Amino acid sequence: MDLFGDLRRMNKRQLYYQVLNFAMIVSSALMIWKGLIVITGSESPIVVVLSGSMEPAFHRGDLLFLTNFHDDPIRAGEIVVFKVEGRDIPIVHRVIKIHEKENGNIKFLTKGDNNEVDDRGLYKEGQNWLEKKDVVGRARGFLPYVGMVTIIMNDYPKFKYALLAVMGAYVLLKRES
Amino acid sequence: MHEREIMRKDNLVERSDLGFITFDITSIFDWNVKQLFLYLSAEYSTKNNALNQVVLWDKIMLRGDNPRLFLKDMKSKYFFFDDGNGLKGNRNVTLTLSWNVVPNAGILPLVTGSGHVSVPFPDTYETTKSY
Repeated sequence: MDLFGDLRRMNKRQLYYQVLNFAMIVSSALMIWKGLIVITGSESPIVVVLSGSMEPAFHRGDLLFLTNFHDDPIRAGEIVVFKVEGRDIPIVHRVIKIHEKENGNIKFLTKGDNNEVDDRGLYKEGQNWLEKKDVVGRARGFLPYVGMVTIIMNDYPKFKYALLAVMGAYVLLKRES
Repeated sequence: MHEREIMRKDNLVERSDLGFITFDITSIFDWNVKQLFLYLSAEYSTKNNALNQVVLWDKIMLRGDNPRLFLKDMKSKYFFFDDGNGLKGNRNVTLTLSWNVVPNAGILPLVTGSGHVSVPFPDTYETTKSY
């Protein structure tokens, strides 16, 4: 294959150049991600829907875009992504009740559209309400199906490694004319 | 609009005979609207909390469903609990209808309908038989 012929002909300088190219791509991707975190105010501005509890609006594998502006008030009807204290998995559900004090302290209850009951069973033992600190972000935009790739990579790690290997090989071996 | 509220000692409010509501929202559905999530929320202030919002009823309406709704004699879908005793004698409970537009792809707007209904709550509890 011509690709491997190129590889043999590359000298050290060209190899370093390819590696730097690769590093630049990785750094740019990281910078874009960090930039999104800053702009949206959310620690996780893009999340994949993992369960069917918000069907038929969102299905497993859909992608959600979040913002988490500090001054954005939490109101009934909004779709929030939150994490229960002590657990890593973000949950995407709707706010159905809020009680807000004059100083801005708010406690609220959530429920998945497709669930029969509210989320109290999901909260921590003894916890009846969620607070602002539990919120990862508010769902502002949505793309169907796109997140399926992440779910597949999670469920089949071999696929993830294969994909990374192919991407790595392509970048390292690609020659700029 | 006829209302009849029953307030029990443990702050449970059940609203029956919610009158009838007609609305026609055909104009909201366009090629990029997959579904609408409609909900009726009650908003009020109490001594304990400056702002309370409680969703009493919701409905999912998919593109293709009949967009003209005529709801009569609906029971409140969710129990109307207050955080405290703030419903007794509360004259200023406002009901508004809002909806969440879920597109096929894109932005998820939350829209509140114009207009609202004010529902005053009675000053005393009513004892009712338990179920």
